[in-house]
Amino acid sequence: MIDAAQLTKSFGSHRAVRNLNLRADKGDVIGLLGPNGAGKTTTMRMMSGYLTPSAGRVSLCGCDMAKAPREAQRHLGYLPEGNPVYGEMTPFSFLRFVAAARDLSRRRQPKAIARALHLTSLEEVAHQRVDTLSKGYRRRVGLAQALLHDPPVLILDEPTDGLDPNQKRRIRSLVRELASEKTILISTHILEEVLENCARILVMGGGRVLADGTAAALMARSAYHQAVSLRIAFGDEERARAALGKLEGVARHETRRRGDSLLLTLFPREGAEPFALARKAREAASADKIPIAALQIEEGRLDDLFHELTKAKEKAR
Amino acid sequence: MTPLLAIFRREIAAYGATPMGAALITVFLIANASCAFYLGRLLESDDASLAISFAFHPWLYLFLMPALAMRLFAEERERGTFELLMTLPLRLSHIVLAKFLAAWAMAALALLLTTPLWATVAYLGDPDHGVIAAGYAASFLLAGAYLSISLAVSVLTKSQTVAFIGAVLLCFLFSIGGEEAARSALAALFGDKVSQIAATMSFTIHFDAIAKGFLDLSDILFFLSHIAFWLIAATRLADLVRQTS
Repeated sequence: MIDAAQLTKSFGSHRAVRNLNLRADKGDVIGLLGPNGAGKTTTMRMMSGYLTPSAGRVSLCGCDMAKAPREAQRHLGYLPEGNPVYGEMTPFSFLRFVAAARDLSRRRQPKAIARALHLTSLEEVAHQRVDTLSKGYRRRVGLAQALLHDPPVLILDEPTDGLDPNQKRRIRSLVRELASEKTILISTHILEEVLENCARILVMGGGRVLADGTAAALMARSAYHQAVSLRIAFGDEERARAALGKLEGVARHETRRRGDSLLLTLFPREGAEPFALARKAREAASADKIPIAALQIEEGRLDDLFHELTKAKEKAR
Repeated sequence: MTPLLAIFRREIAAYGATPMGAALITVFLIANASCAFYLGRLLESDDASLAISFAFHPWLYLFLMPALAMRLFAEERERGTFELLMTLPLRLSHIVLAKFLAAWAMAALALLLTTPLWATVAYLGDPDHGVIAAGYAASFLLAGAYLSISLAVSVLTKSQTVAFIGAVLLCFLFSIGGEEAARSALAALFGDKVSQIAATMSFTIHFDAIAKGFLDLSDILFFLSHIAFWLIAATRLADLVRQTS
């Protein structure tokens, strides 16, 4: 459904995106992660046909964006960055305009508009001027136009930006509802959003793809993968560090404040078995009478991997 | 055709959504009547024609048309809807054409609302209606030429004020060449040839020719080719802006 090969975009001497390859099929929800200036928006703009790539090609549902841009764009629902809607229109009149601009038949228009309004819960404000609506509602109007023609491909640039937690939850749930029937590419800064919705994650930095894989595969690359974390009281920090930090199989350890307690993380040496280390840690803590509120073997942390990857990229620049 | 019509309708609705469209037309009508009756002394002129009124149109349009067109692309770029529009399955040339036609329709409405002047001279005297109709045709074509220039300038900026000032200056350059004082100054500075070229390129010379009732095809083609040129330029510029933003 989305097929991008060697996609590159330069603005003068600055290469915003370099040799990006992406293939996504029906049912794929892909999260595009990266710091500001990583090339996420430029990538999405090339995929939407707004920008012409300097090199490489992109096709949507088999339609080449360079050779048949309008045919490719018919398969696409695109929510650009920011909140581009006409303030003087109502959500209803805006959707009617987009429907006509998309050349939807007159018979199809009322159903398509009603469906888009329903999916984004805009029925209540359908006839209110957009510039009188809250930021969250305006964002949903933008999302409604992307869903209007029930496209097989959705490209959403920061869809939950500016929404309150309830609205974010509603949009995430909508993405999950749509996921099985569509190919969805979402750019975001919010890691929990990616973990919740995206089966596959692309981390971008400096215009390149730094990592590409499932959430589990990426978390396995994090330094925290298989680390043993114990929640302890503040007053026990020194004793816990002394007792647990020197256990056999511990390469290093760290403490982090977590609410009203501390999280002591033990990083296993290469080859050390995490379950065995967890058992040893519990026994050592018990022997030293250090209460443990919680103990877990970490899957890995996406925020840590994101930080490591993008920090390395920034240093390289 | 439907997508083009959708954009045309949206633009017309946008003129109606704020007081701006109505205010511009009202100001034009007041200025047009004031110029005809007070500056041109239409009633005292003993001339049953609208030549006096039409003579002011190039100078009134110098402000009205850039004001009508300044928002066409500058506002889209400022709001970010430019990106949305460019990613709908539409031809860029259709977007430009629809926006131009909407602005031209507004100009036609403004012109239509000056017809009570026609009725006045018809009531007071025995005018040559053919000449007056030619005057309206000339005025309509001139409005189109000014609008096409203003639309192309509007593509280049996110600021409606900059778009307005830029368009006024460019339209002025295309009008002043036909004025006697400018022709003399150009002849003195650069020679007769440059002065003649400037006059030939001037909107006012071709406007005057049609407004006097001489419906020469070359004058009509002059305006139509100007409109076509600036609309093509606007399309190319919009594409360039898209690729560099």
